[in-house]
Amino acid sequence: MFDIERWQEIFDTIRKNKLRTFLTGLSVASGIFILVILLGFGQGMRNGIQKEFEQDATTSIEVWAGVTSVGYKGLNPGRRIQFTNENYESSSALFNNSIEFESSRFFVRNTTVNYGKESLVYSVQGVSNHYQFIENAGMIEGRFFNLKDEKETAKVAVIGKKIRTDVFKDVDTPVGEYIQISGIPFKIIGVLKDNQEREEERIYIPITTAQKVFNGNNKINNMFFTLPPSENFDEAVAQSINFKNNLLGHLQQLHTVSPDDTSGVNVWSAMEEAKRYYTLTDNIKLFFWFVGVCTIIAGVVGVSNIMLIVVKERTREIGIRKALGAKPWSIVGMILHEAIFVTAISGFTGLIFSMALLEIVGPHIEIDYVTNPSVNFTVAFTTVIVLVIAGTIAGFFPAWRAASVHTIEALRDE
Amino acid sequence: MIEIKDLHKSYKMGSNSLHVLKGINFTCEDGELVAIMGSSGSGKSTLLNILGMLDGADSGEYILDGVPIKDLNETKAAQYRNKFLGFVFQSFNLINYKNALENVALPLYYQRVGRKERQEKALNYLERVGLKEWATHLPSELSGGQKQRVAIARAMAAEPKVLLADEPTGALDSKTSYEVMDLIQKINDEGNTILVVTHEEDIAHMCKRIVHLRDGVIVEDKKIEQVRAESYVQ
Repeated sequence: MFDIERWQEIFDTIRKNKLRTFLTGLSVASGIFILVILLGFGQGMRNGIQKEFEQDATTSIEVWAGVTSVGYKGLNPGRRIQFTNENYESSSALFNNSIEFESSRFFVRNTTVNYGKESLVYSVQGVSNHYQFIENAGMIEGRFFNLKDEKETAKVAVIGKKIRTDVFKDVDTPVGEYIQISGIPFKIIGVLKDNQEREEERIYIPITTAQKVFNGNNKINNMFFTLPPSENFDEAVAQSINFKNNLLGHLQQLHTVSPDDTSGVNVWSAMEEAKRYYTLTDNIKLFFWFVGVCTIIAGVVGVSNIMLIVVKERTREIGIRKALGAKPWSIVGMILHEAIFVTAISGFTGLIFSMALLEIVGPHIEIDYVTNPSVNFTVAFTTVIVLVIAGTIAGFFPAWRAASVHTIEALRDE
Repeated sequence: MIEIKDLHKSYKMGSNSLHVLKGINFTCEDGELVAIMGSSGSGKSTLLNILGMLDGADSGEYILDGVPIKDLNETKAAQYRNKFLGFVFQSFNLINYKNALENVALPLYYQRVGRKERQEKALNYLERVGLKEWATHLPSELSGGQKQRVAIARAMAAEPKVLLADEPTGALDSKTSYEVMDLIQKINDEGNTILVVTHEEDIAHMCKRIVHLRDGVIVEDKKIEQVRAESYVQ
């Protein structure tokens, strides 16, 4: 391998067979290039999906009521379930230990919203003071309402960022302005920035105020909970599923809903959903790997094909070399040495080009579900090594066959 | 130098066996120039292949420079070829992507001679065959006679004990043939042992001894008066 004479011999051969070397190199380089790009996009999709799920707190759990689908304990199916403050309080008391943040929500319906003379068409929702954390949302101006506002049923409102840009574009800050909800003035105390645009078109008021002012009594539409962060993903999923089932059981019992009912009480867990998507991306990644490996196999087949042709083309030369005293092993060594050298160089060239492309273009890719495609260098490097080894093995047999062809026959080859 | 006793060789052709050499006895002293003659199928090429260790005999003895040649594997044969033998072929067998100098230097590469020394030696031998100015030319840029002279230089570069020439003039016109024979005679004058396989009478008479083969046996072996090729060359 470190025989300087042989290196010179090989460089001579390569220099004088440029086209052949170039074509071999091209097939190897493009194989590696395609594999790395594919792997990069697999990772990009994973990153993209991860990003989608970062928008809400990933441990959040949402509960909403529906219509029962099965009869239970003498009650007919088709009964509408209505959650109340008591349901919410008993749930949060019962699971106090495993809850990080909690909020209930009451939709204020059939209202008109005005700002000065302007009529606004945005939904109004009563939520608790922790709702901000459940939505994983940040304040860009002012503040979210607090427990005090809630207790005093203060007439304060927090608006989404989109409302601020659409309606309050002429004022320095909407904080301190008043809007009329069904004629009742609410003071704006903050602007909320959410990760999802449609959630920035809402007006939030304290749930206590919403229930009291807009005839809510003790009705609520939703409950939200988030769980404290866990050490790892699997644990978080297990925790979420456990919590979801307990909560579902509790609420079904309170409302005399059959445990088999699938629509009376609904609980949705972001974590569980995330797991489903992660499994999907894992599968996608697996698929890309599969395609990539097939590409590599095609590359190896290509290399061995070229090796076969090269060896065939050089049969006579091999015969001459043998007549001049080349040993079979030196022939095999020479052919393999050249093959390894060419595959390695072109393999790394393909690697460098594809990695450079991913590095330069990757961060600018802004397609849904594809974010920053990138590839693990170690993985890519290993692939090149594997290709070189596979190419060597694939090249060995034709080389060995060529070396063991009878010298006379080799010399006779045209 | 060469000693052959009762050499037999047959080839399998499907279910038939073709007996090509039927007991050859032959000796060759140091410094001889021997022509092996015979019509096609007489076994002369087979004999040369066995002498050149490109093929093995079925039975019989072969002693080259006091070394018994037997139980050859490819590696050992390659070693002996490199050490003892130089080849000149009818079809020159130059490597087409290497220039004249590199072709001549190739057997030295397999003798593990250093690159620089290789170049020097090769150039020296090219000069001896009168092709020093053509050192950097590819075989495709050379005439047939020039190619054969490069091939002879290559065969000589390894400083072999015996030079084996298989129809060296077979692909050349008579003028170039005589030039090549002139070169071979001069190399022989320096004391090298040379075996030439040919079926041309005039070429054979430029050697010092003619061995006639027919149907796998030697039918005639005589020393002759050498015709110098020089007289035909201007």
